[in-house]
Amino acid sequence: MFKFILSKITLLIPTFLGITLAAFLFVRLLPGDPVTILSGERGISDERRAEMIAQFGLDKPVLVQYLNYLKNLVQGDFGQSISTHRPVVEEFFERLPATMELAFFAILIAVLVGVPAGIIAAVKRGRWPDHVLMGSALTGYSMPIFWWGLLLIMLFSTTLGWTPVSGRLDIINYYFEPVTGFMTVDAWLSGQEGAVTSALHHLILPSVVLSTIPMAVIARQTRSAMLEVLGEDYIRTAYAKGLPTWRVIGIHALRNAMIIVVTVIGLEVGTLLAGAVLTESIFSWPGVGKWMIDAISHRDYPAVQGGLLFISMLVMLVNLIVDLMYGWINPRVRDGK
Amino acid sequence: MQKRLIAISVLSAVCFLPQAYAAPKTFVYCSEGAPSGFNPQFYTDGTTFDAAGQAMYDRLVQFNPGETSISPALAESWEVSPDGLTYTFKLRKGVKFHTTKDFTPTRDFNADDVLFSFNRQWKADHPYHKVSNGNYEYFTGMSMPDVLKSIDKVDDYTVKFTLNRPEAPMLANLAMDFASILSSEYADAMMKAKTPEKIDTDPVGTGPFQLVAYQKDAMIRYKAHETYWEGKPKIDNLVFAITKDNAVRWQKLQAGECHLMPFPNTADLKAMQENKDVTLLSQEGLNIGYFAYNTTKKPFDDVRVRKALNMAINKPAILDAVYQGAGKVAKNPIPPTMWSYNDKVVDDSYDVEGAKKLLAEAGVKDLKTNIWAMPVQRPYNPNAKRMAEMIQADWKAVGVDAQIVSYEWAEYLERSKKGEHDTLLMGWTGDNGDPDNFLAVLLGCDAVKDGSNRAFWCNQEFNDLVQKAKSLSDQGERAKLYEQAQEVFKKEAPWATIAHSVVYEVARKNVTGYKQSPFGLHQFKAVDLAE
Repeated sequence: MFKFILSKITLLIPTFLGITLAAFLFVRLLPGDPVTILSGERGISDERRAEMIAQFGLDKPVLVQYLNYLKNLVQGDFGQSISTHRPVVEEFFERLPATMELAFFAILIAVLVGVPAGIIAAVKRGRWPDHVLMGSALTGYSMPIFWWGLLLIMLFSTTLGWTPVSGRLDIINYYFEPVTGFMTVDAWLSGQEGAVTSALHHLILPSVVLSTIPMAVIARQTRSAMLEVLGEDYIRTAYAKGLPTWRVIGIHALRNAMIIVVTVIGLEVGTLLAGAVLTESIFSWPGVGKWMIDAISHRDYPAVQGGLLFISMLVMLVNLIVDLMYGWINPRVRDGK
Repeated sequence: MQKRLIAISVLSAVCFLPQAYAAPKTFVYCSEGAPSGFNPQFYTDGTTFDAAGQAMYDRLVQFNPGETSISPALAESWEVSPDGLTYTFKLRKGVKFHTTKDFTPTRDFNADDVLFSFNRQWKADHPYHKVSNGNYEYFTGMSMPDVLKSIDKVDDYTVKFTLNRPEAPMLANLAMDFASILSSEYADAMMKAKTPEKIDTDPVGTGPFQLVAYQKDAMIRYKAHETYWEGKPKIDNLVFAITKDNAVRWQKLQAGECHLMPFPNTADLKAMQENKDVTLLSQEGLNIGYFAYNTTKKPFDDVRVRKALNMAINKPAILDAVYQGAGKVAKNPIPPTMWSYNDKVVDDSYDVEGAKKLLAEAGVKDLKTNIWAMPVQRPYNPNAKRMAEMIQADWKAVGVDAQIVSYEWAEYLERSKKGEHDTLLMGWTGDNGDPDNFLAVLLGCDAVKDGSNRAFWCNQEFNDLVQKAKSLSDQGERAKLYEQAQEVFKKEAPWATIAHSVVYEVARKNVTGYKQSPFGLHQFKAVDLAE
């Protein structure tokens, strides 16, 4: 197992280097630079512009800039945001818990709904539950997220008044210092009555919206994985032995279908961490997605580079965990068979 | 029995007496974005000014709420020498700075704080100049390094500013956010503690509110400054709920999750007007949405062509379609609410035949050109692409074939600064209420170099008038010069002036004491919530 983990980790090093280069070049390929954005409609004199370009170290050749960047990275220095003048590491990790909290609840909903839906659709293949579930999954998958989010807000928040419109907590009635950055945890630590409920309440709509696409993907993949497994000989054998249906499906079939499902869940977690931008925008959720978009539009080079790097590292970490889980679910993967 | 009745009535009276303890009043403002930081000296965006400069700091002088006129703030009074080169400020006594967990002020505001706040931005060798890698864009942008000769402390409560040249907008400049006063005592303490950057991240000001906490991109929480020199604000807590999407802001306002929102979507205005729980506030903006010709390119170097193209644009139709009628057709480069606005100027009339004739006279036939449309929404131009399409259609009627071009904002700014456009849509919102802030910044010869004069129009007659006006202190005399400058502008037509927009904000019905700022700033010191 140790060798297996080591081989996976060794693979990450060139990937990581590739990402630093891609992040570095990507943001510089965009037209415009941070100084132009800072000056806006006002404009800026050429001398002042040159001064600022030099101050941000952008006057040096790109290769020198990249090598300096790598040197700083090795020393653990991810640079300072041009717009806020604060270290990129701090800026990123202050926002990460919000994104993780949202992604966690979204994936939880996606799995709790998507997996059973996929199983039911597979078992009832070709019958009405299959059509209804897969039809809904297709609708969910093709839903324009921004429109869907606003629609839910208008219905549940403004018209029915059941859920809050946006934000992470009822800021009129509750206030406490953030400790972990996870609002549900901080609310619990604060000991204020009703704070946890308020935090959970604020999580409902954004996590439902964010879970929509992954839920559809998981449901569809679970269905096809289950269909494949249900056709196997050992399933027929299990039925022939007289095992109850729930045992055949819940244990024999599901465990084997899980390898595909776990892959999909793993990929979706990566997407959720990196791509919750729209959901974060609609629900004013202070996560990393929204922060990255702002950084790109401000041409905040250090922030974009750092953000891309951290997000990639997170996605790689999730993938590593998925790889390790394969080994756990199916020992043949681990032993290289 | 009677005793029992009395006892019951007394008891119930006590129960229903208004409680001596009133619940704290929390005012929630759904802000359109997150501040870039908490030191207003570094930044140029209105969002940061609202969250830092307006909420937590004061300046020597201030704009009167809802106006562009100036009144005393941290300076109680001032004298300007007859040659306009010396400004002597008498400072207010007894002004308290905020007390935070890191800093308890031992003295009131005085001249040292004024010197610290300006010298930090001005002097490259000031120990704080480079702290937080600060760029003092507004200080530089308003030409303060060229204008200032010295700033001296006469005594603890008197400060003298000496200038290199008379600068009429000086007082207005000092009311701007970059001129906010920071605590020199706090700066010294943080320098000693080896954490100098704290003065920028954990602000200490003299302003009406004091920072409690900032949760990145989510909310900023302030509490009222109990010993504020103008008296404690009426609300106890001020919260900025950062909500970037205007449709979501509107939903939040309706749901009572916030009390005030800026920048509503123009498409929602009707629903806002009809909603019984909210008040739609409006004010003529201190702005101009314009359409600049690149006067260095042919055939736009010919005034006849510019005039003809101006005549071909149907501005009232644009006002209806793009601004939903919320604004005024512009004829001058400065808004009508600004002093020195020349109402005698006659706008180019909408005249398709006249335009055709004038183009023919200039020898222009089958002109192919481009119209650059901004990719961003601004109060001065809520939908540049739509506007560009309308101009394109208008020009087609006079035989001009124009392609619409748009780039992402950074690229748009950069390319237009280099003059790659033939014509472009742009605009401006005033900083300090002075005509110089429009006429020199957008149309002066120096502004060609800086890139803010996107018509690349340098007219000596216009430039001389504007420069001369800047050196005079008498407003009446200045106004005359600016009025002449506007006539030159109209005659030369470097732009088609499109519109001055009305700026809207929406408040819950129980909000009182709030006034819209002509500069688009948001200030809450006088705000209250009715029961």
